[in-house]
Amino acid sequence: MTQATTTHRTDSGQEIVPPIKWRAPGAMLLFTLVSLFGFVLFTESGTVTTFRTATGGEVAEIPNTAVPTVPALWLLTVAMAALTAYATMRAVRREPVGWWPPAIFGAVFIIAFLTWVGAGATIPLTSLLVGGLALSVPLIFGALSGVMCERTGVINIAIEGQLLGGAFMAAVVASIVGNPYVGVLAAPIAGALVGLLLVFFSVKYWVDQIIVGVVLNVLVLGLTTFFFSTVLTENPELNQRFRLPPLPIPFLSDLPIIGPVLFNQNILVYLMYAAIILLQVLLFRSRWGLRVRSVGEHPKAADTVGIDVIRTRWVNPIMGGALAGLGGAFFTVGSGLAFGRDMSAGNGFIALAAMILGRWNPLGAMAAALLFGLSRNLANMLSTMGSVGIPGEFLLMLPYVVTIFAVAGLVGRVRAPAANNKPYVKS
Amino acid sequence: MSEHEDRGRPEEEPQVPEEPRGRADGDARAPAGAEARADGEPEAPTGAEDRADGDARATAEEPARGTRQPAPGPSRSAQFVRDLLSGSWLVTVLAIFIALVLSGVLIAGADARVQDAAGYFFARPTDMLGAAWDAVSASYTALFRGSIFDYQATSFARAIRPLTETMVFSVPLVFTGLGIALAFRAGMFNIGGQGQIIAGAIVGGYIGFGMNLPVVLHLILAVLGAALGGAIYGGIAGVLKARTGANEVIVTIMLNNIAVYLIAWLLTQPAFQQPDSNLPRSPYVEATALYPTLLGPPFRLHLGFLLMIAVTALVWWLVERSTFGFELRAVGANPEAARTAGVSVSKVIIVAMLVAGALSGLGGSAQVLGTEGLLTAGVAASYGFDAITVALLGRARAWGTLAAGLLFGALKAGGFLMQSTTQTPIDIILVMQSIIVLLIAAPPLVRAIFRLPAPRPGRRQRSVLEAQEVAAA
Amino acid sequence: MKLELRGITKRFGSLVANDSIDLVVEPGEIHALLGENGAGKSTLMNVLYGLYDPDDGEILLDDRPVRFDGPGDAVAAGIGMVHQHFMLVPIFTVAESVALGYEPAGRLGIIDRRTARKRVTEISDRFGFDVDPGAVIEDLPVGVQQRVEIIKALSREAKILILDEPTAVLTPQETDELIEIMRQLKAEGTSIVFITHKLREVRAIADSITVIRRGKVVGEATPDTSETELASLMVGRSVSMAVDKDPAEPGDDGLVISDLTVLDSRNNVVLDHIDLTVRRGEILAVAGVQGNGQTELTETILGLTEPLQGSITLDGKELTGTDVKSRLRAGVGFIPEDRSTSGVISTFTVAENFILDLYDVEPFARAGTLRPQVIQDNARKRAEEYDVRLRDVDDPISTLSGGNQQKVVVAREMSRPLRVLVASQPTRGVDVGSVEFIHKQIVAERDNGTPVLLVSSELDEAMNLGDRIAVMYRGAIVGIVPGDTDRDVLGLMMAGVPLEEAQAQAAVHRTALAAADDQTEEAP
Repeated sequence: MTQATTTHRTDSGQEIVPPIKWRAPGAMLLFTLVSLFGFVLFTESGTVTTFRTATGGEVAEIPNTAVPTVPALWLLTVAMAALTAYATMRAVRREPVGWWPPAIFGAVFIIAFLTWVGAGATIPLTSLLVGGLALSVPLIFGALSGVMCERTGVINIAIEGQLLGGAFMAAVVASIVGNPYVGVLAAPIAGALVGLLLVFFSVKYWVDQIIVGVVLNVLVLGLTTFFFSTVLTENPELNQRFRLPPLPIPFLSDLPIIGPVLFNQNILVYLMYAAIILLQVLLFRSRWGLRVRSVGEHPKAADTVGIDVIRTRWVNPIMGGALAGLGGAFFTVGSGLAFGRDMSAGNGFIALAAMILGRWNPLGAMAAALLFGLSRNLANMLSTMGSVGIPGEFLLMLPYVVTIFAVAGLVGRVRAPAANNKPYVKS
Repeated sequence: MSEHEDRGRPEEEPQVPEEPRGRADGDARAPAGAEARADGEPEAPTGAEDRADGDARATAEEPARGTRQPAPGPSRSAQFVRDLLSGSWLVTVLAIFIALVLSGVLIAGADARVQDAAGYFFARPTDMLGAAWDAVSASYTALFRGSIFDYQATSFARAIRPLTETMVFSVPLVFTGLGIALAFRAGMFNIGGQGQIIAGAIVGGYIGFGMNLPVVLHLILAVLGAALGGAIYGGIAGVLKARTGANEVIVTIMLNNIAVYLIAWLLTQPAFQQPDSNLPRSPYVEATALYPTLLGPPFRLHLGFLLMIAVTALVWWLVERSTFGFELRAVGANPEAARTAGVSVSKVIIVAMLVAGALSGLGGSAQVLGTEGLLTAGVAASYGFDAITVALLGRARAWGTLAAGLLFGALKAGGFLMQSTTQTPIDIILVMQSIIVLLIAAPPLVRAIFRLPAPRPGRRQRSVLEAQEVAAA
Repeated sequence: MKLELRGITKRFGSLVANDSIDLVVEPGEIHALLGENGAGKSTLMNVLYGLYDPDDGEILLDDRPVRFDGPGDAVAAGIGMVHQHFMLVPIFTVAESVALGYEPAGRLGIIDRRTARKRVTEISDRFGFDVDPGAVIEDLPVGVQQRVEIIKALSREAKILILDEPTAVLTPQETDELIEIMRQLKAEGTSIVFITHKLREVRAIADSITVIRRGKVVGEATPDTSETELASLMVGRSVSMAVDKDPAEPGDDGLVISDLTVLDSRNNVVLDHIDLTVRRGEILAVAGVQGNGQTELTETILGLTEPLQGSITLDGKELTGTDVKSRLRAGVGFIPEDRSTSGVISTFTVAENFILDLYDVEPFARAGTLRPQVIQDNARKRAEEYDVRLRDVDDPISTLSGGNQQKVVVAREMSRPLRVLVASQPTRGVDVGSVEFIHKQIVAERDNGTPVLLVSSELDEAMNLGDRIAVMYRGAIVGIVPGDTDRDVLGLMMAGVPLEEAQAQAAVHRTALAAADDQTEEAP
């Protein structure tokens, strides 16, 4: 009894017809209708949408792509309808829809949306992606910190505080030494300290992990703002602007679109690539990962094979905190800014949401964080373009609305590591 | 904290320092089982694990009859002192003390004079210590004068005004704190206070400035509107959790962000904008819809404070004494058992979030119909987040939340005077708040710092065993 | 390897769980450690396995004293343990579970999956286990999970294997296979410590027996000691193993279930066209290995799960489509299978737990307000009636022992007029005294004319209490047989064998346990 099929012939020899699961095809139908009635029928015929991909300097410059808006939207909408029909067919036959139809559907819908909002104008595709990635960097680091912690059974609500601490530390240390790279080295220390406090209270004193996390965010906000309005204001030389220089990777950075987006970045972004890949591989393929996951799922079982549960729960959240601290550095030295009050501005909570949407999986968390970053950047861009009939505020709400839909519709009851927020007690 | 409240939360006050909470997994609970609070854990462990209890719990009961060591018989007075020293209120007082000390260190450290004097600390250490004392005492004096009683004031009214300011600041904190506490008791973590305050303020404010109604009715409608706005906003999270299982933490965080943009947009709309202004601010609320002040100028204390006390009592009844409260607490403590007992878990989740949202919405009314008098993008300030610590400090009980709200209101009120008269920014209040909550959540740490005795281990359990001995004899 | 424990003492606070216990296990011996729930067996084995630090005493292996600071040390010394509650991570594969802690790894600590799989297949093949190294633990039946645990222990070259209540989750036939595996291991020189409270098993396989009670060794015995003797050693007084009850006098149909089919969230069939009728004044016992649909059956009767099709009627009135509360009000009494997750709320007071499903009815509430005084008085009265030992009804129920908590649940459900009683594993994790009491209450309820549906995975309980026995296998009813049906026949039916076939097979091949049964019957 593994997969649902059309009917079950059971041991009793009678047939059973399970109910149809309408959720996925229903959602797809809804979005297809949005595309049809929202996009296609309300676009003047004859308009053209231009996608600008060139930024200058690529080896092979791709000329701007101009598409006639209405036919393109028709094409995309038909594609959506086809995918919806396919999903419906699978559902009616009581077969699982699988992951790819919704994924492709989502991509098609986004392209349709861009085509629609860019009608009669130019969508700067490359800079859209560059900016989106930039907004995603702290989110990804933060989400990875969450993965590191929660895979050992420690809930990390303190990502916000870790980001903020990292941003503060990077700015101050870079200012003292006069070198942004030293700031990058210092930022993880701040994040790790927050991680240390998290485990000190939750692992050593068994305080509810969510409470500790929430309170640590307040503590870090209070501390950084306090020092910002006292020491840093009195001594402006301690809080200067530094920017990590971009380090273009030879050849790769010259590729069209992906070159400027992925390979003309500063050290933090490259560190982020490494962290994602390393964490994904180590968590699911290595001895370390197997042990960490066993601690997060069934600590007693881990203990009975000689794995030091308590030690794992000390070390991992601290390392995770260091990762988030690194992400925090992106707010200051990564973006060429001095430290400002409450710089993380809720990004830690978005990172938390990205981790959950990504199902406690580094790659999944990255995908969710990118979705946030890109949609936020798109909203920013469109609200300044002002060409669309939607108020900018609503565009800026979009990423959050999408998240709620995703959590309620697509993800539903997700499965967290089983031992989350359960202290491990040995005699 | 009253005797009853103590009883209701055995897991909150650890009885043994080595076992701060009666929580553990599977067999590891056998030792804790001896204290018999082992299964008083807030989260019910998974079924499979808990079945191990057959051994553990029976062990606690059966052999103990034969092998229990005689209980030492301390004198009554010694026992009283011990109870006193291990009591939760002492931990609270000490936590506040530690928070003041640590914040004092920060204040001194950030003080320019102290830093100068530190430069020649070894030549004349008294200079630095003196400067530090000056800085800290100036700040804390200002904190006191700004929140309780201003003994330097020229008139009696001015002298007691700080206390009323404390009350004013506590109103949105307590309302919102109650909303978060109530959701806590239903097993949900409502981070959405911020958004619910905004939603309440929007509806309440609009009724306040957008409508013309008779005098008493206007206020009542505006307050109810604020509650309704908050309830709808909180209800979204409740419905989504009950129907689809969407994690309420994520949903409420997202709703907070959405509310920020929603109010920003509304304040650019003609219906919500001051007619002769381009600023994103609403017209002033009609006088008929404002909470009347209780004492008159210069006091800002308004009727909302009395409403807050009444609502606290109502929440206490609702959670602790009503049948719905029984359902709510059951769902919060063990949803599976609640379902088995015929409680509709999804109904409880939805209603709890509706009520929680309504309470936060009332917090919004305290802002828009009380202190602010109009709607701005910053109407919620940071009350939604501060209220989380208020609810935590109040241990998710109605009266505890009221007390915690008054304390944090005092810190806020005093913080403003401190910021204006000394070099100390109000942000130090955040540091104090978080240290207090952290320490109160970890009583063994506080006791370790002050080398206090641990509470008598398993008093209740020992008595149970005695009762069993009597029964067995 | 020879194992010796000398004067092991383990205290938890004022409680002495192990009181200077001595135990000698000779090489290649199957040594049974017999004692009832809570006697201190598991504590002793956890000390031996390095999970607990003993307060006193020493452990000797081949006459050399050893000290274990953790399970890792014990494993290194050649001790393996199969815990009663398996120490397996549900989302891991078999190979990962066996590898955990001893992973074959290459560069960067990347696990060598081939070697990990090979380890499993080698041992699996040697003992004919038929375990797929790639299968995910949570998809495996408990019997197979147990084999994974054994593979885990053997892959670390255990010379002494501790099996903690290993038969609790097995059919008699599976138990027989386990016994066969134990004999095979013994032949290869492995010593086995076999922890149980089931007398029949001890007599069937043990070479020597140590009985412990209340943390102390109270006697040694040999397999030919009679069950009655073992029982009185174990419990400390003579106990009647059988339940006193008169033959049932069944009346009208009470609970009628027909064509009941339930799917789980992944559309797997968990109840497959169930037809059952429980008449007034009879106990219908549902036997079967845990996880064959019993949980879903009881939950569907109460309304926690909605069926895909089929009907449930009580006294002719349809129950499906109504919510849990209205079914409780219609007279469904429900003792849930897992007390701690569904039966009580551990942070609530004893008094509140006594009215967990009656909180909103008179006299406990009036006008939406609870009446604490009435609730407390009710608790005191019920506690008295049902012999619940407590100090104060306002203490959290977690201060009570498992047996007393269960009595609270039983008292609560039986304190209102019932039209049917659904009792699921009513005596799980309960001491012998409470078991007798609860059984008596259930029989008394039957004698009152209430139809009783009793679900038990303990075949003994089903046979003792059931007037008729329905055997479930993979969501379907294999057959409904009289209460005095042969143990081997029931065992085969629990494995899905239809009645006639089971009778034929059982006549030819007797299991060790049934053989022990036969002896007992012949002995007196």
